[in-house]
Amino acid sequence: MGDDALIQSYRLSEWCSNAPILEEDLALTNFALDMTGRAQAMLSYAGQVEGKGRTDDDLAYKRKERDFYNHLIMELPNGDFAYTIARLFFTSTFEFFFFNQLQNSADTTLAAIAAKTIKEVRYHNAHAIDWVLRLGDGTEESHNKIQKAVNELWMFTGELFETEEVDALLRDQNIAVDMPVIADKWKEHVAQVLSEATLTIPESGYMQSGSNKGIHTEHLGHILTEMQYLQRAYPEATW
Amino acid sequence: MVKPSHTKEEIFAILSAIADPEIPVVSIYEMGMLRDVTFSDKGYEVIITPTYSGCPAMGIIEQDIKMMLDKNGVTPATVKLVYDPAWTTDWMSDVAKEKLKKYGIAPPLHSSCTQDVFAHNIIECPHCHSGDTVMISRFGSTACKSLYQCNDCKEPFEYFKCH
Repeated sequence: MGDDALIQSYRLSEWCSNAPILEEDLALTNFALDMTGRAQAMLSYAGQVEGKGRTDDDLAYKRKERDFYNHLIMELPNGDFAYTIARLFFTSTFEFFFFNQLQNSADTTLAAIAAKTIKEVRYHNAHAIDWVLRLGDGTEESHNKIQKAVNELWMFTGELFETEEVDALLRDQNIAVDMPVIADKWKEHVAQVLSEATLTIPESGYMQSGSNKGIHTEHLGHILTEMQYLQRAYPEATW
Repeated sequence: MVKPSHTKEEIFAILSAIADPEIPVVSIYEMGMLRDVTFSDKGYEVIITPTYSGCPAMGIIEQDIKMMLDKNGVTPATVKLVYDPAWTTDWMSDVAKEKLKKYGIAPPLHSSCTQDVFAHNIIECPHCHSGDTVMISRFGSTACKSLYQCNDCKEPFEYFKCH
Protein backbone atom coordinates (compact mmCIF):
# COMPACT_ATOMS: atom_id res chain seq x y z
CA MET A 1 0.00 0.00 0.00
CA GLY A 2 2.89 2.31 0.84
CA ASP A 3 4.72 1.44 -2.36
CA ASP A 4 1.58 1.93 -4.44
CA ALA A 5 1.19 5.42 -3.01
CA LEU A 6 4.87 6.26 -3.42
CA ILE A 7 5.24 5.12 -7.03
CA GLN A 8 1.90 6.52 -8.15
CA SER A 9 2.85 9.82 -6.55
CA TYR A 10 6.11 9.81 -8.46
CA ARG A 11 4.34 9.32 -11.78
CA LEU A 12 1.75 12.01 -11.11
CA SER A 13 4.49 14.44 -10.05
CA GLU A 14 5.96 14.06 -13.52
CA TRP A 15 2.93 15.99 -14.80
CA CYS A 16 4.10 19.05 -12.90
CA SER A 17 4.35 21.86 -15.50
CA ASN A 18 3.39 19.41 -18.26
CA ALA A 19 -0.37 19.06 -17.89
CA PRO A 20 -2.63 20.34 -20.69
CA ILE A 21 -3.97 23.20 -18.54
CA LEU A 22 -2.87 24.88 -15.32
CA GLU A 23 -5.84 23.59 -13.30
CA GLU A 24 -4.91 20.05 -14.29
CA ASP A 25 -1.34 20.63 -13.28
CA LEU A 26 -2.59 21.63 -9.83
CA ALA A 27 -4.98 18.73 -9.58
CA LEU A 28 -2.52 16.00 -10.51
CA THR A 29 0.23 17.33 -8.28
CA ASN A 30 -2.27 17.78 -5.43
CA PHE A 31 -3.04 14.07 -5.76
CA ALA A 32 0.67 13.29 -5.79
CA LEU A 33 1.03 15.21 -2.53
CA ASP A 34 -1.82 13.26 -0.90
CA MET A 35 -0.12 10.06 -2.01
CA THR A 36 3.29 11.05 -0.69
CA GLY A 37 1.63 11.69 2.67
CA ARG A 38 -0.03 8.30 2.51
CA ALA A 39 3.26 6.64 1.56
CA GLN A 40 4.94 8.28 4.56
CA ALA A 41 2.27 7.03 6.93
CA MET A 42 2.24 3.51 5.50
CA LEU A 43 6.01 3.10 5.22
CA SER A 44 6.62 4.50 8.72
CA TYR A 45 4.17 1.96 10.04
CA ALA A 46 5.75 -0.83 8.00
CA GLY A 47 9.13 0.06 9.48
CA GLN A 48 7.63 0.09 12.95
CA VAL A 49 5.99 -3.33 12.49
CA GLU A 50 9.22 -4.75 11.09
CA GLY A 51 10.99 -3.58 14.24
CA LYS A 52 14.46 -3.14 12.75
CA GLY A 53 14.49 0.59 13.14
CA ARG A 54 13.96 1.40 9.47
CA THR A 55 12.21 4.70 8.79
CA ASP A 56 9.88 5.67 5.97
CA ASP A 57 12.83 7.28 4.21
CA ASP A 58 14.96 4.14 4.60
CA LEU A 59 12.22 2.12 2.97
CA ALA A 60 11.66 4.59 0.16
CA TYR A 61 15.27 5.34 -0.69
CA LYS A 62 17.26 2.27 0.25
CA ARG A 63 15.37 -0.67 -1.10
CA LYS A 64 16.09 -2.33 -4.41
CA GLU A 65 13.60 -2.89 -7.15
CA ARG A 66 12.88 -6.49 -6.20
CA ASP A 67 11.95 -5.37 -2.69
CA PHE A 68 9.17 -3.08 -3.94
CA TYR A 69 5.63 -4.42 -3.96
CA ASN A 70 3.69 -1.74 -5.79
CA HIS A 71 1.27 -2.96 -8.45
CA LEU A 72 2.68 -2.84 -11.97
CA ILE A 73 0.00 -0.42 -13.14
CA MET A 74 1.43 2.26 -10.81
CA GLU A 75 4.89 2.24 -12.38
CA LEU A 76 3.92 2.33 -16.06
CA PRO A 77 5.04 5.53 -17.80
CA ASN A 78 2.44 8.29 -17.96
CA GLY A 79 1.80 8.06 -21.71
CA ASP A 80 -0.54 10.76 -22.95
CA PHE A 81 -3.10 12.56 -20.79
CA ALA A 82 -5.83 10.03 -21.63
CA TYR A 83 -3.55 7.21 -20.50
CA THR A 84 -2.81 8.90 -17.18
CA ILE A 85 -6.52 9.60 -16.64
CA ALA A 86 -7.54 6.03 -17.49
CA ARG A 87 -4.97 4.72 -15.02
CA LEU A 88 -6.08 7.16 -12.33
CA PHE A 89 -9.66 6.07 -12.92
CA PHE A 90 -8.78 2.37 -12.51
CA THR A 91 -6.52 2.87 -9.49
CA SER A 92 -8.62 5.41 -7.64
CA THR A 93 -11.75 3.29 -8.07
CA PHE A 94 -9.80 0.38 -6.62
CA GLU A 95 -8.49 2.54 -3.79
CA PHE A 96 -11.93 3.88 -3.05
CA PHE A 97 -13.40 0.44 -2.38
CA PHE A 98 -10.19 -0.82 -0.78
CA PHE A 99 -9.77 1.95 1.79
CA ASN A 100 -13.46 2.12 2.42
CA GLN A 101 -13.21 -1.43 3.74
CA LEU A 102 -9.83 -1.00 5.38
CA GLN A 103 -11.35 1.68 7.61
CA ASN A 104 -12.90 -1.22 9.53
CA SER A 105 -9.63 -3.09 9.92
CA ALA A 106 -8.88 -4.63 13.30
CA ASP A 107 -5.49 -2.92 13.03
CA THR A 108 -6.22 0.55 14.38
CA THR A 109 -3.28 2.25 12.64
CA LEU A 110 -4.28 0.92 9.23
CA ALA A 111 -7.89 1.82 9.94
CA ALA A 112 -6.88 5.39 10.84
CA ILE A 113 -4.73 5.88 7.74
CA ALA A 114 -7.54 4.41 5.65
CA ALA A 115 -10.07 6.81 7.17
CA LYS A 116 -7.81 9.70 6.24
CA THR A 117 -7.09 8.33 2.77
CA ILE A 118 -10.67 7.64 1.78
CA LYS A 119 -11.51 11.34 2.01
CA GLU A 120 -8.72 12.17 -0.40
CA VAL A 121 -9.31 9.27 -2.77
CA ARG A 122 -12.93 10.34 -3.14
CA TYR A 123 -11.69 13.56 -4.72
CA HIS A 124 -9.16 11.74 -6.94
CA ASN A 125 -11.82 9.36 -8.16
CA ALA A 126 -14.41 12.05 -8.83
CA HIS A 127 -11.84 13.96 -10.85
CA ALA A 128 -10.83 10.91 -12.89
CA ILE A 129 -14.46 10.05 -13.62
CA ASP A 130 -15.15 13.63 -14.80
CA TRP A 131 -12.37 13.28 -17.33
CA VAL A 132 -13.24 9.75 -18.45
CA LEU A 133 -16.74 10.98 -19.26
CA ARG A 134 -15.49 14.13 -20.97
CA LEU A 135 -12.88 12.35 -23.07
CA GLY A 136 -14.97 9.28 -23.85
CA ASP A 137 -18.06 11.23 -24.77
CA GLY A 138 -16.06 14.09 -26.34
CA THR A 139 -14.58 14.32 -29.81
CA GLU A 140 -13.69 11.38 -32.00
CA GLU A 141 -10.04 11.89 -31.20
CA SER A 142 -10.47 12.10 -27.42
CA HIS A 143 -12.77 9.06 -27.55
CA ASN A 144 -10.21 7.04 -29.47
CA LYS A 145 -7.37 8.05 -27.20
CA ILE A 146 -9.10 7.12 -23.96
CA GLN A 147 -10.44 3.89 -25.46
CA LYS A 148 -6.92 2.95 -26.52
CA ALA A 149 -5.64 3.73 -23.01
CA VAL A 150 -8.39 1.65 -21.39
CA ASN A 151 -7.57 -1.27 -23.70
CA GLU A 152 -3.84 -1.07 -23.06
CA LEU A 153 -4.16 -0.77 -19.28
CA TRP A 154 -6.78 -3.46 -18.88
CA MET A 155 -4.28 -6.34 -18.56
CA PHE A 156 -2.74 -4.57 -15.55
CA THR A 157 -5.98 -4.37 -13.59
CA GLY A 158 -6.27 -8.03 -12.62
CA GLU A 159 -3.25 -7.78 -10.41
CA LEU A 160 -4.94 -5.26 -8.12
CA PHE A 161 -7.12 -8.02 -6.71
CA GLU A 162 -4.55 -10.79 -6.37
CA THR A 163 -4.04 -12.22 -2.92
CA GLU A 164 -1.41 -14.41 -1.32
CA GLU A 165 -1.60 -16.85 1.55
CA VAL A 166 -0.56 -14.14 3.97
CA ASP A 167 -3.51 -12.01 2.84
CA ALA A 168 -5.87 -14.82 3.75
CA LEU A 169 -4.32 -15.04 7.21
CA LEU A 170 -4.67 -11.30 7.70
CA ARG A 171 -8.19 -11.48 6.38
CA ASP A 172 -9.08 -14.10 8.98
CA GLN A 173 -7.95 -11.70 11.69
CA ASN A 174 -10.00 -8.90 10.15
CA ILE A 175 -6.87 -6.90 9.39
CA ALA A 176 -6.89 -7.13 5.60
CA VAL A 177 -9.82 -6.54 3.28
CA ASP A 178 -11.98 -9.03 1.47
CA MET A 179 -10.55 -8.82 -2.07
CA PRO A 180 -13.23 -10.71 -4.06
CA VAL A 181 -15.86 -8.30 -2.73
CA ILE A 182 -13.74 -5.33 -3.78
CA ALA A 183 -13.09 -6.87 -7.20
CA ASP A 184 -16.83 -7.23 -7.83
CA LYS A 185 -17.55 -3.66 -6.77
CA TRP A 186 -14.68 -2.37 -8.91
CA LYS A 187 -15.87 -4.23 -12.01
CA GLU A 188 -19.41 -3.03 -11.58
CA HIS A 189 -18.41 0.60 -11.05
CA VAL A 190 -15.85 0.64 -13.88
CA ALA A 191 -18.34 -0.90 -16.31
CA GLN A 192 -20.95 1.67 -15.35
CA VAL A 193 -18.65 4.67 -15.88
CA LEU A 194 -17.15 3.33 -19.12
CA SER A 195 -20.54 2.70 -20.65
CA GLU A 196 -21.73 6.16 -19.62
CA ALA A 197 -18.61 7.51 -21.32
CA THR A 198 -19.62 5.58 -24.50
CA LEU A 199 -16.52 3.41 -24.13
CA THR A 200 -16.24 -0.31 -24.70
CA ILE A 201 -15.32 -2.47 -21.74
CA PRO A 202 -12.41 -4.70 -22.74
CA GLU A 203 -12.97 -8.43 -22.70
CA SER A 204 -11.28 -10.29 -19.88
CA GLY A 205 -8.11 -11.72 -21.29
CA TYR A 206 -4.56 -12.31 -20.14
CA MET A 207 -3.67 -10.42 -16.98
CA GLN A 208 -0.16 -9.31 -16.06
CA SER A 209 1.17 -10.36 -12.68
CA GLY A 210 4.34 -10.38 -10.62
CA SER A 211 4.47 -7.45 -8.23
CA ASN A 212 3.53 -9.41 -5.13
CA LYS A 213 6.74 -11.39 -5.73
CA GLY A 214 8.71 -8.22 -6.42
CA ILE A 215 8.85 -8.85 -10.16
CA HIS A 216 8.39 -5.61 -12.05
CA THR A 217 8.33 -4.08 -15.51
CA GLU A 218 11.54 -2.43 -16.68
CA HIS A 219 10.06 0.94 -15.72
CA LEU A 220 10.38 0.67 -11.93
CA GLY A 221 14.15 0.47 -12.09
CA HIS A 222 14.25 3.74 -13.98
CA ILE A 223 12.04 5.43 -11.41
CA LEU A 224 14.27 4.28 -8.56
CA THR A 225 17.40 5.35 -10.39
CA GLU A 226 16.15 8.90 -10.31
CA MET A 227 14.27 8.83 -7.00
CA GLN A 228 17.09 7.24 -5.03
CA TYR A 229 19.95 9.02 -6.73
CA LEU A 230 20.70 11.45 -3.93
CA GLN A 231 20.73 8.84 -1.15
CA ARG A 232 22.90 6.54 -3.23
CA ALA A 233 25.36 9.24 -4.22
CA TYR A 234 25.44 10.96 -0.83
CA PRO A 235 24.40 8.36 1.77
CA GLU A 236 22.60 9.79 4.82
CA ALA A 237 22.32 13.25 3.27
CA THR A 238 19.53 15.26 4.89
CA TRP A 239 17.98 18.66 4.30
CA MET B 1 5.99 10.96 39.52
CA VAL B 2 6.97 14.45 38.51
CA LYS B 3 4.11 16.92 38.58
CA PRO B 4 3.41 18.91 35.43
CA SER B 5 3.95 22.63 35.83
CA HIS B 6 1.34 23.50 33.23
CA THR B 7 -2.17 22.20 32.72
CA LYS B 8 -3.47 21.05 29.37
CA GLU B 9 -5.62 24.20 29.12
CA GLU B 10 -2.63 26.43 29.79
CA ILE B 11 -0.62 24.64 27.11
CA PHE B 12 -3.47 24.92 24.62
CA ALA B 13 -3.66 28.63 25.42
CA ILE B 14 0.07 29.01 24.72
CA LEU B 15 -0.19 27.06 21.48
CA SER B 16 -3.21 29.07 20.33
CA ALA B 17 -0.75 31.73 19.29
CA ILE B 18 0.60 29.50 16.52
CA ALA B 19 -0.88 30.35 13.16
CA ASP B 20 -1.54 27.85 10.40
CA PRO B 21 1.47 28.35 8.10
CA GLU B 22 -0.70 28.28 5.00
CA ILE B 23 -3.64 30.32 6.31
CA PRO B 24 -2.04 32.71 8.79
CA VAL B 25 -5.33 34.23 9.99
CA VAL B 26 -6.34 31.11 11.86
CA SER B 27 -4.48 29.26 14.59
CA ILE B 28 -3.72 25.57 14.61
CA TYR B 29 -6.02 25.35 17.64
CA GLU B 30 -8.93 26.90 15.74
CA MET B 31 -8.28 24.55 12.84
CA GLY B 32 -8.74 21.60 15.16
CA MET B 33 -5.25 20.23 14.63
CA LEU B 34 -4.31 20.27 18.33
CA ARG B 35 -5.81 17.15 19.81
CA ASP B 36 -4.35 16.57 23.25
CA VAL B 37 -1.49 17.05 25.66
CA THR B 38 -0.27 14.25 27.88
CA PHE B 39 2.29 14.26 30.63
CA SER B 40 4.60 11.47 31.73
CA ASP B 41 8.05 11.08 33.30
CA LYS B 42 9.48 11.90 29.89
CA GLY B 43 7.71 15.26 29.84
CA TYR B 44 4.91 16.71 27.77
CA GLU B 45 3.61 15.17 24.61
CA VAL B 46 1.48 17.28 22.30
CA ILE B 47 -0.77 15.25 20.03
CA ILE B 48 -1.53 16.79 16.66
CA THR B 49 -3.32 15.49 13.60
CA PRO B 50 -2.69 16.45 9.96
CA THR B 51 -5.45 18.10 7.95
CA TYR B 52 -4.32 16.33 4.77
CA SER B 53 -1.94 13.37 4.79
CA GLY B 54 0.54 15.10 2.53
CA CYS B 55 0.24 18.51 4.17
CA PRO B 56 3.73 20.04 3.87
CA ALA B 57 2.95 22.43 6.74
CA MET B 58 3.08 19.68 9.36
CA GLY B 59 6.86 19.83 9.73
CA ILE B 60 6.73 23.57 10.30
CA ILE B 61 3.87 23.25 12.77
CA GLU B 62 5.80 20.64 14.75
CA GLN B 63 8.81 22.96 14.95
CA ASP B 64 6.63 25.93 15.88
CA ILE B 65 5.08 23.97 18.74
CA LYS B 66 8.44 22.88 20.12
CA MET B 67 9.83 26.41 19.93
CA MET B 68 6.74 27.97 21.50
CA LEU B 69 6.73 25.51 24.41
CA ASP B 70 10.44 25.94 24.95
CA LYS B 71 10.01 29.71 25.06
CA ASN B 72 7.30 29.36 27.69
CA GLY B 73 9.19 26.93 29.87
CA VAL B 74 7.03 23.92 29.04
CA THR B 75 9.85 21.41 28.80
CA PRO B 76 10.77 18.78 27.87
CA ALA B 77 8.17 18.45 25.16
CA THR B 78 7.69 16.22 22.16
CA VAL B 79 5.14 16.33 19.37
CA LYS B 80 3.32 13.27 18.16
CA LEU B 81 1.42 12.99 14.89
CA VAL B 82 -1.66 10.80 15.03
CA TYR B 83 -4.09 9.85 12.27
CA ASP B 84 -6.86 8.50 14.44
CA PRO B 85 -9.46 9.91 14.49
CA ALA B 86 -9.02 11.46 11.06
CA TRP B 87 -9.23 15.24 10.93
CA THR B 88 -12.41 16.66 9.54
CA THR B 89 -13.50 20.19 8.71
CA ASP B 90 -16.12 19.64 11.45
CA TRP B 91 -13.41 20.44 13.97
CA MET B 92 -12.86 23.87 12.54
CA SER B 93 -14.41 26.33 14.98
CA ASP B 94 -17.05 28.87 13.94
CA VAL B 95 -14.60 31.63 14.83
CA ALA B 96 -12.11 30.08 12.41
CA LYS B 97 -14.73 29.86 9.68
CA GLU B 98 -15.60 33.53 10.15
CA LYS B 99 -11.91 34.47 10.00
CA LEU B 100 -11.46 32.48 6.82
CA LYS B 101 -14.36 34.34 5.23
CA LYS B 102 -12.88 37.71 6.15
CA TYR B 103 -9.58 36.57 4.72
CA GLY B 104 -11.27 35.84 1.39
CA ILE B 105 -11.57 32.07 1.66
CA ALA B 106 -15.07 30.61 1.63
CA PRO B 107 -15.28 28.28 4.65
CA PRO B 108 -16.30 24.62 4.26
CA LEU B 109 -20.04 24.17 3.90
CA HIS B 110 -20.39 20.63 4.92
CA SER B 111 -19.50 18.67 7.89
CA SER B 112 -17.53 15.49 7.37
CA CYS B 113 -17.31 14.22 3.86
CA THR B 114 -20.21 12.16 2.74
CA GLN B 115 -21.30 11.42 -0.78
CA ASP B 116 -23.20 14.71 -1.04
CA VAL B 117 -19.85 16.51 -1.04
CA PHE B 118 -20.00 16.56 -4.79
CA ALA B 119 -23.57 17.69 -5.07
CA HIS B 120 -23.93 21.13 -6.59
CA ASN B 121 -23.92 23.33 -3.56
CA ILE B 122 -24.11 27.07 -3.41
CA ILE B 123 -20.78 28.44 -2.29
CA GLU B 124 -21.17 32.01 -1.12
CA CYS B 125 -18.66 34.57 -2.37
CA PRO B 126 -16.62 35.72 0.65
CA HIS B 127 -16.29 39.20 -0.88
CA CYS B 128 -19.81 40.26 -1.92
CA HIS B 129 -21.79 37.33 -0.39
CA SER B 130 -23.45 36.52 -3.68
CA GLY B 131 -24.57 32.94 -4.11
CA ASP B 132 -24.01 33.11 -7.87
CA THR B 133 -20.57 31.52 -8.06
CA VAL B 134 -18.92 28.95 -10.26
CA MET B 135 -16.20 26.40 -9.60
CA ILE B 136 -13.15 26.98 -11.80
CA SER B 137 -11.05 24.11 -10.51
CA ARG B 138 -11.66 21.55 -7.81
CA PHE B 139 -8.00 21.87 -6.84
CA GLY B 140 -6.24 25.04 -5.83
CA SER B 141 -3.05 26.42 -4.40
CA THR B 142 -3.08 23.96 -1.51
CA ALA B 143 -4.56 20.50 -1.16
CA CYS B 144 -7.40 21.79 1.02
CA LYS B 145 -8.86 24.39 -1.33
CA SER B 146 -10.79 24.68 -4.61
CA LEU B 147 -10.86 27.67 -6.96
CA TYR B 148 -14.11 29.57 -7.52
CA GLN B 149 -15.20 32.74 -9.18
CA CYS B 150 -18.09 35.01 -8.30
CA ASN B 151 -20.41 35.83 -11.22
CA ASP B 152 -21.58 39.04 -9.55
CA CYS B 153 -18.42 40.80 -8.35
CA LYS B 154 -16.25 38.77 -10.76
CA GLU B 155 -13.66 38.21 -8.04
CA PRO B 156 -11.95 34.83 -7.93
CA PHE B 157 -11.79 33.21 -4.51
CA GLU B 158 -10.82 30.01 -2.78
CA TYR B 159 -13.17 27.60 -1.10
CA PHE B 160 -11.96 25.41 1.76
CA LYS B 161 -13.18 21.97 0.75
CA CYS B 162 -15.00 19.86 3.26
CA HIS B 163 -12.92 17.00 4.43
